Amino acid sequence: MSGDILRTLRPRAMEFGPLQGLDQTVAERPWAHWRQTQDENRVVWLFFDRAEANVNLLCETALRELDQILDNIVRDMPKGLVLRSAKADGFCLGADIHEFYGLTDESVVMDKLQAAHAIANRLAALPFPTLAVIHGLCLGGGLELALCCDYRLAVPGARMGLPEIRLGLHPGLGGTVRLPRLIDPVKAMTLMLTGRTLDAREARKHGLVDDIVEERHLRNAVEAIMAGQMGGHPQGVKARILSTRPARRLEARLMRSKSADKAPPEHYPAPEALIGLWEEHGGDAELMFDAEIASFARLLTDSTARNLIRIFLLREKMKEQTHTRLPAPDRVHVIGAGAMGGDIAVWCAYKGLRVSLYDRQPEVIADAMARASGLCRKKRLSERATREVLDRLIPDLHNRGVSSADLIIEAVPEKLEVKQQIYQDIEPLMKNGAVLATNTSSIPLQQLRKVLNRPERFVGLHFFNPVAKMQLVEIVRHDATDEMTLAIAQTFVGRIDRLPVSVASAPGFLVNRALTPYLLEAMVLLDEGVAAETIDRAAVDFGMPVGPAELADQVGLDICLSVSELLRNHFETAMAPIPPWLRDLVAAGELGRKSGRGIYTWKNGKAQKDKHAPPADDETLDRLLLPMLNACMACLSEGIVENENLVDGAMIFGTGFAPFRGGPMQYARSRGYRDIESSLSLLAEKYGERFSPDPGWAERA
Amino acid sequence: MNGMPSAPESPPPSRSRAVYIVDGARTPFLKVRGRPGPFTPVDLAVQCGRPLLLRQDIPVQAFDQVILGCVNVLPTEMNPARIAALRLGMGVRTPAFTVQINCGSGMQSIDTAFRSIRAGVWDLVLAGGSEALSHAPVLLRPEAVKWFADLRQGSSLLKRLRTLARWRSGFLKPVVGLKQGLTDPVADLNMGQTAEILAHLFDIGREEADRYALSSHQRLARAQTEGWLADEVEPAFAADGRIYTLDDGVRPDTTLDALGKLTPVFERPFGKVTAGNSSQVTDGASWLILASEQAVSKYQLTPKAVIIDSAWAALEPQIMGLGPVLSVTTLLKRQNGKLDDIDLWEINEAFAAQILACLAAWENPDFCREVLGLDQPPGRLDRERLNIDGGAVSLGHPVGASGNRIVLHLVNALRRKGLKYGIASECIGGGQSGAMLIEAV
Repeated sequence: MSGDILRTLRPRAMEFGPLQGLDQTVAERPWAHWRQTQDENRVVWLFFDRAEANVNLLCETALRELDQILDNIVRDMPKGLVLRSAKADGFCLGADIHEFYGLTDESVVMDKLQAAHAIANRLAALPFPTLAVIHGLCLGGGLELALCCDYRLAVPGARMGLPEIRLGLHPGLGGTVRLPRLIDPVKAMTLMLTGRTLDAREARKHGLVDDIVEERHLRNAVEAIMAGQMGGHPQGVKARILSTRPARRLEARLMRSKSADKAPPEHYPAPEALIGLWEEHGGDAELMFDAEIASFARLLTDSTARNLIRIFLLREKMKEQTHTRLPAPDRVHVIGAGAMGGDIAVWCAYKGLRVSLYDRQPEVIADAMARASGLCRKKRLSERATREVLDRLIPDLHNRGVSSADLIIEAVPEKLEVKQQIYQDIEPLMKNGAVLATNTSSIPLQQLRKVLNRPERFVGLHFFNPVAKMQLVEIVRHDATDEMTLAIAQTFVGRIDRLPVSVASAPGFLVNRALTPYLLEAMVLLDEGVAAETIDRAAVDFGMPVGPAELADQVGLDICLSVSELLRNHFETAMAPIPPWLRDLVAAGELGRKSGRGIYTWKNGKAQKDKHAPPADDETLDRLLLPMLNACMACLSEGIVENENLVDGAMIFGTGFAPFRGGPMQYARSRGYRDIESSLSLLAEKYGERFSPDPGWAERA
Repeated sequence: MNGMPSAPESPPPSRSRAVYIVDGARTPFLKVRGRPGPFTPVDLAVQCGRPLLLRQDIPVQAFDQVILGCVNVLPTEMNPARIAALRLGMGVRTPAFTVQINCGSGMQSIDTAFRSIRAGVWDLVLAGGSEALSHAPVLLRPEAVKWFADLRQGSSLLKRLRTLARWRSGFLKPVVGLKQGLTDPVADLNMGQTAEILAHLFDIGREEADRYALSSHQRLARAQTEGWLADEVEPAFAADGRIYTLDDGVRPDTTLDALGKLTPVFERPFGKVTAGNSSQVTDGASWLILASEQAVSKYQLTPKAVIIDSAWAALEPQIMGLGPVLSVTTLLKRQNGKLDDIDLWEINEAFAAQILACLAAWENPDFCREVLGLDQPPGRLDRERLNIDGGAVSLGHPVGASGNRIVLHLVNALRRKGLKYGIASECIGGGQSGAMLIEAV
């Protein structure tokens, strides 16, 4: 519970020790990125405070300044050093990835890393006690800096980890050496291999921090630690055993098989590099520092990391779209508590919004309520936090939530008349400034908006299933949407921690338009007698999370059918014909996972697959992939989406398109647009018009 | 204790500021089935508070005060009013307090709001009552608590061993908090026994009481089938996806015969008060939104009723069930009214025999003269106007909520029947009573 009073007092909460002159301008300060002061006990407090930024990122200039600061400090020989961040949001988000992105020369990377290592080593070797105080986020390079200190304290709410693996890398500022020496080496490796972050309690349990201290007790805690009232870090038995190579070899084998399950090594080289590093050099810190540098440089210049970093930056860009300075809608009303509507409402409540959920059938709302409990359980929320989520999700059997809502999301079945009737009923009740959104995936917004008196505040918010997992939301504009409405929609998407992509209202928008030809081609292949398992394996080997046959079952064959029909109506030549058996299956109620049978038989949420299906031939993959790429290009040509980067972001965050490939357009670029065009032409000759390349391939090549 | 009437004849209160009942809603009343129900008192208050607040275009943070009646407050929910207000999103700056006057708590919250709004202190108040009798705690015996304390504080091993040896297996026999709560410590009588006393003093027969209970069930069942409670009862949604839509204590197919076969629960074997002709042990909550004229026009509200007056009275704990006769008579005297002027009545059905004793008292010239100070009986209270859609015998008596529910239902019943004046009243364990006169608008 937080209100205006606590908001007013919040800036007082953070402990700045003896630091004065918080409102100094950068020009008045001796250092651009750091603030330094000394308390009455001759303990130096050093604050990381990156110039002109809200968050701390470790950049080259900050490190160079740190080097000089350490020079001065050593000369003064203080009693100790406290290292913390002056930013409200956290300690440090890690290295500034922009400084690394695009480097292709391994030796340049190694030079940079060696310089950085030297500074980190100086910090680690200071001849007096050093203490890192961690609040908020402390990731990657930030945590590696904290690892150089003798002690670490976490402020409640802190979250820390080494997530480099998610960018196709491993830690590069000595983290691979220091973490396994500080905590249980197997736990350390698991943290680095999964990229998982730990909250303050978990961090204390792991031994990553020495204790958790509230801001209000920090000064006393610092005094106690500097007076030597905190023990050292004795090495555990496990660590001693694992200092031998044969022991590490055994553990490494286990790690290999576990990480291969999550990320196939042929696509993701970082886990193997990290495991090898530890297996080989885990017993010798000096050698391991050098090996870490070489390995990091190798990974960074490889295509997987390049693509993953690009996606990371792309995500930041998409997130920036949601920073509009508008207040986020905080009262949401969802109409229709079915699979999508219910899950959208649940997600909004989970993310802290008060959301009324309207459905005429109480059972449907009750089911959404149970799903909300399930989500909270899955996210391991405390009983109190769970109760807060459920309290925010307000059942509404009479559509009464309309009039107090800032944002109304309609998610009823895809019937034009039904939706229009709802709009006519609720429009007079909507408050001034409220936005009406539809989650339609197939009805053109131009048609839906016809019944509205004020179509300018109508917009599409197209979520993907499952809402709690798929980060993408397509924000769909139509010919009358105004800028304010789009901005509110973007703010909302950011508020619930999803990624927006702005698209024009055209059939299938972007994601379904691109996905449908891929799914339909899989069905054509099925008709040709290729096993579903074979088709799916071709896609999975390429790097897709699931193959098209399984995906169709997951999405639901009924939904696939309706979207396919819609798209066939508009783009007949570009789509494979809909096989009659698909209609038969839908008519028979065999809809895929949700009904237990579709293309596959489903048991306990898993498709039952024949493991002995033969591998696909080379052409199969192109037949699946290229129609999808072609549709992406068509969307670009038609101006449905602004640029290639957004296509990549949308397909990765909306469908899970192989992230290490960098997305469909990046993949096409790496293969060459001309190659894509000619491959499509060849397929068109062989299989028909649906493969005809979009003119965009030639124009943009 | 002397039995003289104590209600002072105060002058009619000034009517300078009208107090409106804007709207109200309650949860279904859920019969206790031997284990903790799905909702705590605050959960229940949140369950019916959310849809109620959603109905009105009042910003949820605009309320001046939240008042909740609750008798059995859980140790995890001290001051349930405040917790409920926060969980309802009513903002950290809205004050909230809990009131406790046993079975009158839910009406006390309305009355406190009424008087303060009338006096110009507040403009908009959420006043309710909530009770989860199924969550009433099982307590440790005081002897056992002392034993544990001795054990913990034992200064030497020997002393601790001595304490250990004093252990008696009876220490672990639980004290049911609910049973304790329903026993009057001054009169040393269970509530059911007070009803037995009234049945005896006013000569209420077992069959008469059973007949009353039967009609309570029939009236509630009819109200449910006819949908007369649709606007009043908001379904409650549990975290596990279960949904509670109706008052579930009702037995539409019970018969006089079946009721007659029940054995007395409080005074065996000859008593007249059975589980069938007593109010049920139940969980439930209810809220009303009360507003001044200013608040009504500021938020363009459509009020449902006006509160005209209220009165409280007290009497001997051992005949607490007779309370309504005193508080209602005070109210009628002040308003210069007779029983017959009132279109509808809601008198909480603590016990069938107790309600019937109240009616009998009003018809008894001696009682009216000696106790009520009336020259003659104030007329008959027409049973067809009393508890027309059932009462606590059929839908249960969550003690903190009942006083609120009867006012809420009175408002709705008056409006449904196009009638004007109504009185809600309840007897209160400990020997008290409250009554409230409203006018539908």
